[in-house]
Amino acid sequence: MTETFWDRHGLYGIMAEFEDPEQLLAAAHKSYAAGYRKMDAYSPMPIEGLAEAIGFRRNWVSLIVLVGGLCGCIGGFGLLWWIAEIAYPHNVGGRPFNSWPMYIPITFECTVLLAALSSVVGMLALNKLPMPYHPVFNVPSFSERASVDRFFLCIESDDPMFDREKVRTFLQELNPEEVSEVEK
Amino acid sequence: MKTEELEQKAIDPGPDKIIGPGFDLATVTDKIANVVLRPIQTTPKQWWISLFFAFCAMQGLLAGGFWLLYKGVGVWGIIVPVAWGFAIVNFVWWIGIGHAGTLISAILLLLKQDWRTSINRFSEAMTLFAVAQAGMFPILHMGRPWLGYWLVPYPNSMWLWPQPRSPLVWDVFAVTTYLTVSLIFWYIGLVPDLATMRDRAKQKWQKITFGMLGLGWRGSARHWARYQMAYLLLGGLATPLVVSVHTVVSFDFAISLLPGWHTTIFPPYFVAGAIYSGFAMVVTLAIPTRKWFHLEDLITMRHLDACAKLMLGTGLIVAYGYMMEAFMSWYSGNPNEMFMYFNRSTGPYAFFFWMLILCNILIPQSLWSRKVRQNIPRLFFVSLVINVGMWLERFIIVITSLHRDFLPSSWGMYYPTQWDWAVLSGTIGFFLVLMILFVRVLPSISIFEVREVLHHLAPHVLEDNPKPAHGD
Repeated sequence: MTETFWDRHGLYGIMAEFEDPEQLLAAAHKSYAAGYRKMDAYSPMPIEGLAEAIGFRRNWVSLIVLVGGLCGCIGGFGLLWWIAEIAYPHNVGGRPFNSWPMYIPITFECTVLLAALSSVVGMLALNKLPMPYHPVFNVPSFSERASVDRFFLCIESDDPMFDREKVRTFLQELNPEEVSEVEK
Repeated sequence: MKTEELEQKAIDPGPDKIIGPGFDLATVTDKIANVVLRPIQTTPKQWWISLFFAFCAMQGLLAGGFWLLYKGVGVWGIIVPVAWGFAIVNFVWWIGIGHAGTLISAILLLLKQDWRTSINRFSEAMTLFAVAQAGMFPILHMGRPWLGYWLVPYPNSMWLWPQPRSPLVWDVFAVTTYLTVSLIFWYIGLVPDLATMRDRAKQKWQKITFGMLGLGWRGSARHWARYQMAYLLLGGLATPLVVSVHTVVSFDFAISLLPGWHTTIFPPYFVAGAIYSGFAMVVTLAIPTRKWFHLEDLITMRHLDACAKLMLGTGLIVAYGYMMEAFMSWYSGNPNEMFMYFNRSTGPYAFFFWMLILCNILIPQSLWSRKVRQNIPRLFFVSLVINVGMWLERFIIVITSLHRDFLPSSWGMYYPTQWDWAVLSGTIGFFLVLMILFVRVLPSISIFEVREVLHHLAPHVLEDNPKPAHGD
């Protein structure tokens, strides 16, 4: 087999551009039904059901937040207990060192702080952001309008069913504005 | 409709609609992005004038702060028995102002109030900048601010630890958590819009700056799914947080044994007061901003009307708090409590007490009338009055309770000095400088959320005679 242009430079995928969100949602459903798995849909605002349509199943963010919150809760309470009971016991009017009701405000704040930080860090890490370079921006209309008013679907070249010509024809049939190849 | 047209005129669609007619995804993007990306020559004149005056006022903080650090807290009017003067009054006032931002962005998010979208970014920025002002006061008030880090639990050579049973230590945790969570909430909300700005920017330095800040956001469906989950959870976390912050601030007073402070009504009444003053500040800031940048079709009468109604509602809770304070001091049968209220309403600071009643209870009742809620100058006036009133409330709580406590031999008077006023006006100037710069350099309306609203409301937004678009 002779080496083609795409073998040398790399093809990230093939991308179709749509005018409105309903078209993109329908296209995403059809592509998933046709058996494509490695694909992504891009939109300037969140669209209900789009992630599920391209096979997104498990949202780990909530679990990360729960774990973060529990760490903050236990850590905060533990810190206060350790300060009051072990590191710096201080007799205030004969009250017990471990006056736990007085720890609730700080424990609560620590819970919220760690849960909030883990939601952001977790979301960014799962999304692999920040990512300064991504192949999809090589498509001129994507970098111009994907964050404004256009909707894109990209079937990626590492999909087991990927075949340049077949994918191109398949996407053409979904009535897009344009189909373009995405260089790596 | 072309972008140029949108810039020229903006028609307020009235109290029924959250967005003006004729917008589509592209024009709404251009309209908001254009406030930031327009050439510097086209910045409205009023913006420069306001920036100039705010910048001048900010110098008060520089001068007052420098003199304070050089001479010590004696340059302020604080003297025993009133050891908590303007610093605490201003601290509570600024923290309170911040609360409306979190309320709009978090609580209204959970309640699915879609009118929040065009004012949430703006009020979150307000929160951030107000909390930053608030945070300066306790540090300046310490006398030796360079030792401020002693408030944080960290292993040190003296093996000293903060006292976890003190509300002042709770305050440190509450305020720093609040600042951090407000900051990340605001920033995470900005990321998709920063990506839009990156793609709309014409100049290279703008593209690079927005590109870096936008973290390479590309609007992937999986990213949105995680993003929305994270954002919703942040909203869910910020809601109890905002209630806890002013509760903890009120504990600074309520946990003490001083008549006028030692009362269980403080937490709810402080939280309501905080939201009250915050909405007043949102209205105070939104009215000029929408006028300068012709955003009347995005920040509509509907938004201002809703803010006015919230001011009225929270104002009534505050009024109930005042009534309960009076009732409880009588009902307690405690002579010190009764004297406190008598002294507050007839003593040397009685003028400020009655001004407070006028500003916080009487004048805001005009908001019952639609003619006030939907009249820009009147609403602006009422919002300013409430800002002043809420400041007076904290002044009355701090000063009148302290200046005459149990022993007449230890009574005294508190008079703020010019340095107190310099620092207060300095923080107002600093806050306004930050707000004025913010509306010009970052998208002050959440573009992607307005797109969502537009997408959901599309049929009846675009019609000429739609039904009222509110709620879900």
